[in-house]
Amino acid sequence: MTTSETELKALMLASLEGNALSHRALLERLSLRLRAYYKAKLAVLGRGTAEAEDLVQETVLAIHLKRHTYDPQELLTPWVYAIARYKLIDFLRHNRMSLTAVPIDEACDVMAVDDSASAESTFDLRQLMKRLPEGMQCAIEAVKLDGLSVAEAATRCGLSESGVKVNIHRGLKTLAKLISQETRK
Amino acid sequence: MKTDDLITLLSTNPEPVDRKAVARTFWVAFAAGLIAAIGLALGGLGFRTDFMTTRALAFLAVKFTFAIGIVGLAMVYLARLARPGGEQRISPILVVLPFLVIVALAAVSLGAAPRSYWDKMIIGEEWLECLLSIPIIAIVPFAISIWAVRQAAPTNLARAGAFAGLIAGGISAMAYALHCTDDSLPFIAVWYSGTIVLCTLAGALLGPRLLRW
Repeated sequence: MTTSETELKALMLASLEGNALSHRALLERLSLRLRAYYKAKLAVLGRGTAEAEDLVQETVLAIHLKRHTYDPQELLTPWVYAIARYKLIDFLRHNRMSLTAVPIDEACDVMAVDDSASAESTFDLRQLMKRLPEGMQCAIEAVKLDGLSVAEAATRCGLSESGVKVNIHRGLKTLAKLISQETRK
Repeated sequence: MKTDDLITLLSTNPEPVDRKAVARTFWVAFAAGLIAAIGLALGGLGFRTDFMTTRALAFLAVKFTFAIGIVGLAMVYLARLARPGGEQRISPILVVLPFLVIVALAAVSLGAAPRSYWDKMIIGEEWLECLLSIPIIAIVPFAISIWAVRQAAPTNLARAGAFAGLIAGGISAMAYALHCTDDSLPFIAVWYSGTIVLCTLAGALLGPRLLRW
């Protein structure tokens, strides 16, 4: 648990500097823990693994988009746990499920167990991306899917370099919103 | 979709993150809110006419100190509340301190005055104007505060909304003080505190709807 916190925090600090490998390792490790957490919580309600996977992906996306709110002077685990718990409560509330049926404990058990049996979530990112404005779609595709540099993406999409960055950020934010709409019907 | 695909997407060419982003957004919001509130107060109501008299300046200083105390404390707490899990590490009870001080001062000032003056000291000349102006002027700073909090990630939305409302009310009180000619401590304790608390309650009610992410 403590070594895990130390390792995760080191990954987070490197990922805040823009280190892609650390960012990937961080999101992978957190997704394992989040999966175990959400499966356990949703099992109480008789909900399936696909919905747990929805929440895993939503939370991974939230961690990515909100990583600037992590204060390096604090521990990482409680920060992740607070996001995971917030997303769970929001999910339960908007699907009209009783909050009391699920034990929303205060302890940091989100970091206790890993679960690598990943499932498919109920939404398709490629489909959702088609609903984004053209600039956002093009910027995300170029930089995030095709791995082009920001400068190359700017030429391809006919945007400035800062325009590409803004479009990626806004696009991911819009995708997060679309995903939460899809999973809260 | 597979979670691995999402992680691949997110970790391809990630941007370095500006760690000071949250703090900077808050300062920008504070400055913008203050400018908007002062503009609204002076444009809509105007400066108090006796601005340069000693008595006016003394009471302006009291009202400013009260409002700045509230806004300062509330900003410290909101900066925490805006981060995930921040609500678990703070007890925002200190924020009632400016209110307690002004109520205590008001009580002393009432105690020192004859009973026949009490009505005038508490009700003042323009209590209705104060009651309406502070919440109305607070609307723009409130919207800006909510915008700033939305850039971060609060996990207790009612409390974050309440503190956004508290800051907006405090900023608005600062701006309204430039116009207000009711110079008595009981007036400040009742009408300034009351309207600021009103803004806080409105923020707490609106928070869950406005701050969801």
